[in-house]
Amino acid sequence: MDNETATTSLIYATRPPQPSALSNALVFGWRAVLKFKHVPEQLFDLVMTPIMFTLLFTFVFGGALSGSTAAYLQYFLPGILVQTVVFNSMYSGMGLSTDLGKGLFDRFRSLPIWSLSPFAGLMVGDILRHLIASLLILFIGVLLGYRPEGGIMGVVEALLLLVVIGFGFGWIFLVLGLVMRTPSTVMTMAFTGIMPLVFASNIMVDPATMPGWLRLFVDVNPVSLMTTAMRGLMAGNATATQLGAALIAPILLTIVLAPLTLYLYRRK
Amino acid sequence: MPDTAQPPKSAAIEARGLSKHFGDVRAVDGIDLDVPRGMIFGILGPNGAGKTTLLRMLATLLPPDAGSAKVLGYDLAKSPHDVRGSIAMTGQFASLDEDLTGRENLILLARLWGFRGQSAKERADDLLTAFDLADASTKQVKDYSGGMRRRLDIAASLVVTPGVLFLDEPTTGLDPMARKSVWRMIRSLSEAGVTILLTTQYLEEADQLAARIAVIDHGKKIAEGTSRELKAATGSGFLHLTLVDATRIEEAERLLAEITGSKAQRSSESAALSLMVDTPQNANRGLAALIAANIELADFSMGAPSLDEVFFALTGHITESQPSPGEA
Repeated sequence: MDNETATTSLIYATRPPQPSALSNALVFGWRAVLKFKHVPEQLFDLVMTPIMFTLLFTFVFGGALSGSTAAYLQYFLPGILVQTVVFNSMYSGMGLSTDLGKGLFDRFRSLPIWSLSPFAGLMVGDILRHLIASLLILFIGVLLGYRPEGGIMGVVEALLLLVVIGFGFGWIFLVLGLVMRTPSTVMTMAFTGIMPLVFASNIMVDPATMPGWLRLFVDVNPVSLMTTAMRGLMAGNATATQLGAALIAPILLTIVLAPLTLYLYRRK
Repeated sequence: MPDTAQPPKSAAIEARGLSKHFGDVRAVDGIDLDVPRGMIFGILGPNGAGKTTLLRMLATLLPPDAGSAKVLGYDLAKSPHDVRGSIAMTGQFASLDEDLTGRENLILLARLWGFRGQSAKERADDLLTAFDLADASTKQVKDYSGGMRRRLDIAASLVVTPGVLFLDEPTTGLDPMARKSVWRMIRSLSEAGVTILLTTQYLEEADQLAARIAVIDHGKKIAEGTSRELKAATGSGFLHLTLVDATRIEEAERLLAEITGSKAQRSSESAALSLMVDTPQNANRGLAALIAANIELADFSMGAPSLDEVFFALTGHITESQPSPGEA
């Protein structure tokens, strides 16, 4: 290293005016966007499983379950979007765990910035992930013959609901990310928790044929409630009750887990 | 110095009785520290001595269980935000985003500090040039070598020149070339007026860089002073001997103890002994006794004690020469 240059240009003692909390948060959002640029393959992780599910379920089981593959796709697609978003909400928790393990958060925490702005950045990344994954799956669905009867408005509303769902479920994994030691533990926990929630729901089949004890659960499973509202929005006939029921879980999760996340983060 | 607005008299770091326990482990156990402005201050200790914990407390990353500290006049507990505004910390492991390029990492930090648009990019480019990373600026950090990461990591701490820079084992894991280059960088920062608190388990590093050294072990400060003072406290000098015949080492040890009254320290190489002697005359007598006993010497020298020997004298155990990256 050139010593002369080092001494002269290293020194920048005049600190610029303190940026606003919003500006801090936006910088972290920019970081999330850069991640997409540098690691585009993460999109594969986001959409490969749901695309495979869509193809397999539609063409293997679809005819048997709904009479025709076309009818099944119409039933299944809004559900697979919910499933995708719920699964993908674990990525910010994993990202958080990675950053904590690498010591990156130590640097952020020793900066004079709004202490929660790194989380805002994770949220921005989440929202982008959910939108990109949902649009890709929707696109493939339309190619296969899916038609959202609710039109553009219906789709936009459905996407908004998906973002809210992802936001709510994201807190679970941020908490896990703060508590678990490694990103892969977060992932394992996520799969263990989400699998039963997703399968014991109305995403893949109409629960009418399930045994009574299981239906008791399926009917109140937040994933079922969210899927019902998604179907309604995409079809253009969602009721306020359906929407309200779908929002219970995301809102409750946010109310309970957001403060817990902050507590764990500040204590760490 | 970036902090002309503060009272000029306050020390860079003033810690009283800082303590941190993890369960039953007293990681840091009542440490006092006074670091004047502009100094390179070394914290020397083996793995697990509590160096990192001490630094993390001073950098507001960990609340102390007891004690208090002021950094550039700001109280850690009362105004952590002001402390953060005047410090920077480079941890033991490169705290960088591996997926981003070196330049993006620096721009990110520059923006967080409040540089806008073009000025953030200019600041990033200046730092990349100064740290000899301009050629690698558009590579992702995951493709950087250890030395490059370390340089970028330190550059990341200098986006706005801090009043106090904390460096946690800045050269652990670096090859000798990269280590020398980091040393040069630390010296030139110090010349520019930055107070530097660095931890190290390399005695040579503390000796080379630090104007004052605190030796800590098991969370306690066991000695403090300039490198010269620490050596003087251990004794006026050391007599180093190498025997021709390693099998006679115990005999030599016994003889020397009888004559000089101090216990020799056997080095890891089998046939070498180090002995603290208070006067050259005493050293002479020891040598004469060995010759009289027909114990042949391959080599001998008289010198001020090395910091290794200082550490041995203070703690009763030898420092680990091989660093392991898991210090708490």
